[in-house]
Amino acid sequence: MKNLTFDWKPLVLVPLLAVLVLPFIGSPSTWLTLTIAGLAMGMIIFIIASGLTLVFGLMDVLNFGHGVFIALGAFVATSVMGAMGDWTSSTELWRNWVAVFPAMLVAMAVAGAVGLAFERFIVRPVYGQHLKQILITMGGMIIGEELIKVIWGPAQIALPLPEAMRGSVLLGDAAIEKYRLMSVVVGLVVFATLAWVLGRTKIGLLIRAGVQDREMVESLGYRIKRLFVGVFVVGSGLAGLGGVMWGLYQQTVTPQMGAQVNVLIFIVIIIGGLGSTGGALIGALLVGLMANYTGFLAPKVALFSNIALMVGVLLWRPQGVYPVANR
Amino acid sequence: MLHRILSNDMPRSRWLAGLLVLLVLALAFTPFIFPGVKALNVAAKVLVFIVLVASFDLLLGYTGIVSFAHTMFFGIGAYGIAVATTRMGSTWEALAVGLSGSLLLSFALALVVGLFSLRVRAIFFAMITLAVASAFLTLASQLHEITGGEDGLSFKVPEILSPSFEFSEEPFMGVSLDGRLLCYYLLFVTAVVLFLSLLRIVNSPFGRVLQAIRENEFRAEAIGYRVVVYRTTSAILSALFACLAGAMLALWLRYNGPDTSLSFEIMMDVLLIVVIGGMGTMYGAIVGAALFLFAQSYLQDLLRVGSEAASALPWLSALLSPDRWLLWLGVLFVLSVYYFPSGVVGRLRARSAQL
Repeated sequence: MKNLTFDWKPLVLVPLLAVLVLPFIGSPSTWLTLTIAGLAMGMIIFIIASGLTLVFGLMDVLNFGHGVFIALGAFVATSVMGAMGDWTSSTELWRNWVAVFPAMLVAMAVAGAVGLAFERFIVRPVYGQHLKQILITMGGMIIGEELIKVIWGPAQIALPLPEAMRGSVLLGDAAIEKYRLMSVVVGLVVFATLAWVLGRTKIGLLIRAGVQDREMVESLGYRIKRLFVGVFVVGSGLAGLGGVMWGLYQQTVTPQMGAQVNVLIFIVIIIGGLGSTGGALIGALLVGLMANYTGFLAPKVALFSNIALMVGVLLWRPQGVYPVANR
Repeated sequence: MLHRILSNDMPRSRWLAGLLVLLVLALAFTPFIFPGVKALNVAAKVLVFIVLVASFDLLLGYTGIVSFAHTMFFGIGAYGIAVATTRMGSTWEALAVGLSGSLLLSFALALVVGLFSLRVRAIFFAMITLAVASAFLTLASQLHEITGGEDGLSFKVPEILSPSFEFSEEPFMGVSLDGRLLCYYLLFVTAVVLFLSLLRIVNSPFGRVLQAIRENEFRAEAIGYRVVVYRTTSAILSALFACLAGAMLALWLRYNGPDTSLSFEIMMDVLLIVVIGGMGTMYGAIVGAALFLFAQSYLQDLLRVGSEAASALPWLSALLSPDRWLLWLGVLFVLSVYYFPSGVVGRLRARSAQL
């Protein structure tokens, strides 16, 4: 830590953006609906992006194949939830959770296991060579996407929300979809867990230290390679979880969804500063809000608005809002 | 003389030289050696891809930066021709307007993206170009009034280049002398000129600086070269050449849509060709493009045979289905990055250097 005072400026960005667009949207209830939707989307994106940014910060590995774990998680969820039709069609909320929760766990486990293999066979041979990493992980992504097509077929599959999670609640005039509230809650739980692990445990201390200065941690006798494998697996698992939530959010899953979300995630981790979890949260929320606002105001430029957002942030802080990794 | 034309960058391997001469001769006389529309189409596609891949190699192989927006510039070139001819009719002026417009747009976009992302670090460039390219793809398929949306645009080229235009009643050596033939040779000459200019660029002092930046950015900066300026110039040059390749494609197909020029699959193909042919060796573009485009058509046939042979094992059959050819290309890609980092050209050169 160069300066011990907490850097609060990036935190203001999220409310600032929300307040700034209020006059353009006009009606406060629409604004509230869009804001909640944006926050929900942001939380899901954060879950996916957190793993990627840690992997980059810790090991300088840029994984272009991260998106494949998103698609994998979503497809596993279709199988698990498809097998539990009785529970998903029930109108009681707890019964729905009994279906969704195992789907999330299985998706995380499968994505984590595949992540282990991905790290071993795709990423490990090309440590320290950026050019090859980008090429290889991109190749890995293609292979993964095609394998998903082999297993689940190339068509898109419906992933309907369980009964009790559909519909919306009224908050004043604003209709807020129940599922979005739930994804905000799940996102907060994941963020709190991550923050606790990173901030209050020894492993977290080592990860943060490794992100800042890998060689120093190694010279103190810790096997950072093994730690890195763990982070990679957890990151892949989180991407799987995010994939389940993204699939439920969109209600359909396609083999190409990973590649589509990948673009958003890259924008997020660039905004956040490569290697920074807190930055990734802010970036994800900004991107989620921006996507929903522009989707309402000017749908055709939705993707460009995120790029404009990124350019704006980079003009302000060229290394992202919280620069961590000094390489 | 030959040294001057090839900018003193000789193949440096007898096998490679033989292969190149063979390929160039085959491309030059395709209409006369291989009759039929399909062979001519494949040959024209090879010509387009040689320019496209060579321009990408300038960026990836010589400057060492990865861009995923190369097909965006390719698409801009193709759309420039398509949009201009549908609006202004099939005249030469329309082609000129379309070409210059798309070149200007490519220049501006490459400059902006390059200045923003190459300033910080090269890895940003890969991510930002991916984002920009996917945004552009979405935009192109949504702006229905201009680009024709998902359906794309079909248009007519100037009379003299169209198949219905006949130069003489008599066929020459069994080939009818029509506008299509002229169009092919227009592409051929353009491809040769563009390729030789790229070869000239990478062997100029400017190209040497690019290679120095690729090898050691810090040292190049320390010697006194402005790394950002060189990288951005390289990105712009490569974008302009990709744009010209796109114009060639549109001229040949007389059609352009998001899938033919902008799609991510084409980007993958280009990456694969560069890696197979050999990064940082302009000749790799020729060898790679020819090999790949032949493989692309035959791999699917081969898979179909394999799939039928393995029909007793459903899962193996599913893996070998012709629709899954991208899977095998992906495997091929990963394996060639591991074991063939210097590609076909690099291997051949290394072999003759040993002898």
